[in-house]
Amino acid sequence: MIKRLIFFLTIVIGAIPEPLMAQVQSDMKKIKGGIYVPLYGLDSSNVIVDDFYLDTYPVTNDEYRNYLLKNPSWRKTEVIQLFADQRYLNKWVNDTTFSHSFKGQSPITSISWFAAKAYCKSQGKRLPSVDEWEYAAMASENEPNAQLDSVFQQFIIEGYETPKTSLKEIGQSSPNYWGIHDLHAMVWEWTSDFNSVLISGESRKDVDTDRKLFCAGGSVNATALMNYAAFMRYAIRGSIKANYCMENMGFRCASDIIK
Amino acid sequence: MRFIKSIIMRKYTLIQEKLSAIVLLCVIAIMASCSNNTPSVKEKSNSADIVVSGEMTAELTAPPYVPAPVGDRPAKKLLVNMEILEQEGEMTDGVKYVYWTFGGSVPGSFIRTRVGDEVQFTLKNHPDNKLPHNIDLHAVTGPGGGATSSFVAPGYETKFSFKTLNPGLYVYHCATAPVGMHIANGMYGLILVEPEGGLPKVDKEYYVMQGDFYTKGENGQPGLQPFSMQKAVDEDADYVVFNGSVGALTGDKAITAKVGETVRLYVGNGGPNLVSSFHVIGEIFDRVNIEGGDAINENVQTTLVPAGGSAIVEFKVDVPGTFIIVDHSIFRAFNKGALGMLKVEGDENKSIYSGKLLEGIYHPEGGTIQEMPGDAPAPRVAASKAERIEFGKQVYTSTCFACHQSEGQGVAKAFPPLAGSDYLNEDVNRAIDIVLHGKTGEITVNGESYNSVMTAQTLSDEEVASVLTYVYNSWSNNGSEVTPEMVAKQRNAH
Repeated sequence: MIKRLIFFLTIVIGAIPEPLMAQVQSDMKKIKGGIYVPLYGLDSSNVIVDDFYLDTYPVTNDEYRNYLLKNPSWRKTEVIQLFADQRYLNKWVNDTTFSHSFKGQSPITSISWFAAKAYCKSQGKRLPSVDEWEYAAMASENEPNAQLDSVFQQFIIEGYETPKTSLKEIGQSSPNYWGIHDLHAMVWEWTSDFNSVLISGESRKDVDTDRKLFCAGGSVNATALMNYAAFMRYAIRGSIKANYCMENMGFRCASDIIK
Repeated sequence: MRFIKSIIMRKYTLIQEKLSAIVLLCVIAIMASCSNNTPSVKEKSNSADIVVSGEMTAELTAPPYVPAPVGDRPAKKLLVNMEILEQEGEMTDGVKYVYWTFGGSVPGSFIRTRVGDEVQFTLKNHPDNKLPHNIDLHAVTGPGGGATSSFVAPGYETKFSFKTLNPGLYVYHCATAPVGMHIANGMYGLILVEPEGGLPKVDKEYYVMQGDFYTKGENGQPGLQPFSMQKAVDEDADYVVFNGSVGALTGDKAITAKVGETVRLYVGNGGPNLVSSFHVIGEIFDRVNIEGGDAINENVQTTLVPAGGSAIVEFKVDVPGTFIIVDHSIFRAFNKGALGMLKVEGDENKSIYSGKLLEGIYHPEGGTIQEMPGDAPAPRVAASKAERIEFGKQVYTSTCFACHQSEGQGVAKAFPPLAGSDYLNEDVNRAIDIVLHGKTGEITVNGESYNSVMTAQTLSDEEVASVLTYVYNSWSNNGSEVTPEMVAKQRNAH
């Protein structure tokens, strides 16, 4: 009943032009929602993902630098340690200059979850959820769901095995089905609920959840046994905390479709 | 009806009797096993009670070397610092692979402890790495073998500690999902827990660990080869190697010993899939700690090393020469790289190994010459160069193929190629001489150095002429023809 009501409201409100939306949508692509089966889940049933917008590219060094110019509280000498550990922007020469080995159009890395979240908020956006990110990233160039495409999976794994991909520039590879670039073969990306599914420093006591990540126990529960690439993403998410800053981790933002 | 019933009753009673007999047997068995187990249970609780005195940093070594023995040192707090590095390396000539390593080598650094040590383990994941890792040490008594406590993201480090309760040789490996892939990329090594007072002293100790690798391209396809998930799942290995790459234990990198020395090999198998039939050609293992545990078997030819398991093998080397270390699942040795060398120097001992004493013709029908009725079959003599090549091919297949391979390509770092070989084409008489009398010592073929052994071949002049003509007229060699007269001349020159 409620769903039907929401559906009705969506149709009515969706017809009204939204002046704000144009701004939010620049350099974003619309992802049409649907159902997908995540690799892991406390409840490993189907997940419904609503329509949403996702940044076409990861946030770049240039973009983050401009942000720091306007937001001194996130500069490396100013940032509160609780929100970003010592590795935050650790290759930056000073508060507003990134390393000479970086390019402006390369993705920002060594960034904490708190910093990424604050950045997206400043843009009127938010971080995508794990489900949203996984949903958008399961699309190959030609199809929205390429989870069972072994060639596509192999491509993703090769990206994870290739060193120094964070030094590449954005937009050099082909976009996926939704027009999104560089979800794979570049950097890991923060998600809003990155540690909700598996282990984190805090959820170690939850042995059953924990066990999924270690040894073959995990593979038995996997809905897609061959989806090793997804195992690796869930492993990295499980290994980090919100104040961690890794040299191979960046982010991009998402936003709701305003109804 | 009553008859049937009585049969059923009788059967039932029988079953009852049998059951009670089985129950009785079980009780006896359990009691017996209890009494058997008592000493080892006691021993284990004793090792938990061992008090540590002092602290030291563990010496870690890359293969094929091992740290110094523990000797009679007391149990200590042992600090182990290990760094995880994801780095590009060479699988074989021209083939690159991104290895994931514990300490920068495959297998990872060798850790040597004694029973009762309190190991404080620091695991560091280099910031350039892309993946989280952890370590599961089979020597650990605790959940996940340490894996649950050592999960660490790139750019971070983690610390945990454990007490070594059971002596033995144990495998350690990364256990982060997907486990198979982390192991397949080289994340394994050995940790030795010596008993109190240390293992018996030997002259030479080495670290040898087998692993199987799965690459997108076939064996030998050049360039940077990514991991193939599909081949790994199918257990279809492209490379099976000792110490991480083809040729890691051959040529200049061969392990060495002197005649009369006792050699101990700490043998591990990282897998991920294949079980090793570990064998040293021309040696018999005097002692094997089966599966790296306490049980010792003596006089063993080939010992099984399970994936994720180990063995300690010991043997005294009595004669000089090159001893080839193989996985006797033998196609892995000659086609996939599971081949190493132990070079032993010293004086010959003819009473143990004579070398060749006699070259003769074997007559199954007995020593006296017997003749079949009718004309004697004429010895096969090639009438033309083409015929010589044809005969030579047959000789090649039965005599030379095993080492020099089907297309004369040889085996990297072990057996030199005949195809397009500068060494071969340079000197026909030298080639004849080698086939007749064998060859040992270092030679350079097409820029690569080989230091191996070829035995003298028991072939007639006609056969030597044919096989060499075949070789010279195959695989872009110079097309020389070798005649039986040329062979006879070389034979008589000695």
